[in-house]
Amino acid sequence: MVSSKKNHDELSVKERIAKNKQSNSSTMFVEKLVPKLLLLCATLSVLVTLGILYTLLSETFTFFNQVSVVEFFTTTYWNPWRDSYGILSLISGTLLITITAMIIAIPLGVASAIFLSEYASDKVRRMLKPILEVLAGIPTVVYGFFALTFVTPMLDKIIPDLSFFNALSAGIVVGVMIVPMVASLTEDAMGAVPNTLREGAMALGSTRLETTIKVVIPAALSGIVASFALAMSRAIGETMIVAIAAGATPKFTLDPTQSIQTMTGYIVQVSTGDVSFGSTIYYSIYAVGTTLFVFTLIMNLLAQYISRRFREEY
Amino acid sequence: MALVNKETVSNKMNSRILKNKIAKVIFFIATIIGLLFLGALAYRILTQGLGSLDMDFLTGFTSQSPDRAGIKAGVIGSLWLMSVTAPVTLVIGVATAIYLEEYAKRGKFTRFIQINLQNLAGVPSIVFGLLGLTIFVYIFKTGEIILAGGLTLGLLVLPVIVVAAQESIRSVPNELREASYGMGATKWQTVRRIVLPAAIPGILTGGILALSRAIGETAPLLLVGAATAIFTLPSSIFDPYTAMPIQIYSWTKAPQPEFEYVASAGIIVLLVILLLLNSIAVFIRNKFSKRL
Repeated sequence: MVSSKKNHDELSVKERIAKNKQSNSSTMFVEKLVPKLLLLCATLSVLVTLGILYTLLSETFTFFNQVSVVEFFTTTYWNPWRDSYGILSLISGTLLITITAMIIAIPLGVASAIFLSEYASDKVRRMLKPILEVLAGIPTVVYGFFALTFVTPMLDKIIPDLSFFNALSAGIVVGVMIVPMVASLTEDAMGAVPNTLREGAMALGSTRLETTIKVVIPAALSGIVASFALAMSRAIGETMIVAIAAGATPKFTLDPTQSIQTMTGYIVQVSTGDVSFGSTIYYSIYAVGTTLFVFTLIMNLLAQYISRRFREEY
Repeated sequence: MALVNKETVSNKMNSRILKNKIAKVIFFIATIIGLLFLGALAYRILTQGLGSLDMDFLTGFTSQSPDRAGIKAGVIGSLWLMSVTAPVTLVIGVATAIYLEEYAKRGKFTRFIQINLQNLAGVPSIVFGLLGLTIFVYIFKTGEIILAGGLTLGLLVLPVIVVAAQESIRSVPNELREASYGMGATKWQTVRRIVLPAAIPGILTGGILALSRAIGETAPLLLVGAATAIFTLPSSIFDPYTAMPIQIYSWTKAPQPEFEYVASAGIIVLLVILLLLNSIAVFIRNKFSKRL
């Protein structure tokens, strides 16, 4: 220590500057390099998106060289093993699941959000919210198993001519799965409504219910509707529940007691079967995947647009 | 003549108050339904699965016969997957977050990355499976190995980690940065020695939550070719594998009804691991979040 200090003192000013510059230059090098490395990592997420787009589009393109686009989007019979590609039956299956799920998730989610945000005491909220969040963390394969072995037998007692695999049971369970998502996004939106608005309504003599329905919900509407769009996107893209419980029989129907197939279910069915690389069926999963991707992308963009465009500023 | 007829007022008020009370009960019941569902699920799986859950189940490979099937290959396979997923997604995710929070100028490009991440988070997991299938299995010809599965899962949960890390970095008070600059530290020194250590609890919490999502994912692994039955343990990331959710899925598809109990036992193992991870995350958050 002493010797190095002495050494340092013995250097002339010129030498000291040179030495400083030397050690600074390595620091400066790191300073310039690091942001570039970080930028590289940040760009990766963009590359992933481009990768998804590229793989989907190029394979879909190959598919449409073998199958007519018009047939794909306008016919209702889907049986790739007999060269029939009418995606409308897969889309109707997906919609059936989505509609059932939304019928469950919207009322339950919004009601839970209202209870947690407007009625529950702080203590109750802190107890209930994490338990609701557990629902969102359960792997979907578990939900699928539960739908098949518990919900379906229960429904079977109420609806006698229910098929073993059916859209109703899968849809209900998908709905329960997305309840926490609707609830927490809706609660966030309602929580962002300033308390002065609530107090104003209550000072005029409104009950809590009236305050919620006439003041809080209208003020939070954009966030609430955006949460519906996101939830729909989740329901459209949900895979394991429908692959396990909804069956694998593509049907152009809106009858939820029947076995159907969704877009995601078809992709799973093909990828777990023996389909050779390069066959029309192989390419068909990309065409279906692209359609699915477009559906969910539209819902996601819609959600972002709604929450930006219609947000109330206070 | 009284300006206000008290009887009419109280009549109207009573019905409104009653409506409010009824609504409260209805909202409460709706909240409870989710919990009841959770309770039914837990009860069902525990009563079905605990009978099959023993050491033989934990240490055995899967089998044609339900009473000999075990989950060992799935547990080990999931651990191997995480050994790829965790470092990849943590490094890329945290780097992205640091770039966006500390370095990026608030311009179009930054906004583009942000929006892109948001959209990536909304892409169905099975589409990530298609991406993994094409890029890793067919273009790079890796085959159906742990590396391909782990990377696919890593990309899938990347947005989760980035968002968590961003929030954590943003919550580091600016005074700390300014003090560091005031002492003559450079930008990277400040980020590395001041901001990152302060943000680590939040990053770790987000990381563990992301991993627990990755462990439960099934669909993308089905696409990149996780095997449903495997009888040797992988010894490197270039080996074929299976994972816990894949095994559970294959048991739900098995023809013999007894496999229902095996699947339940597998689900218990999976949920216990997830619960452990989540409690670690909560523990980290509670232990470190109060400082600064």
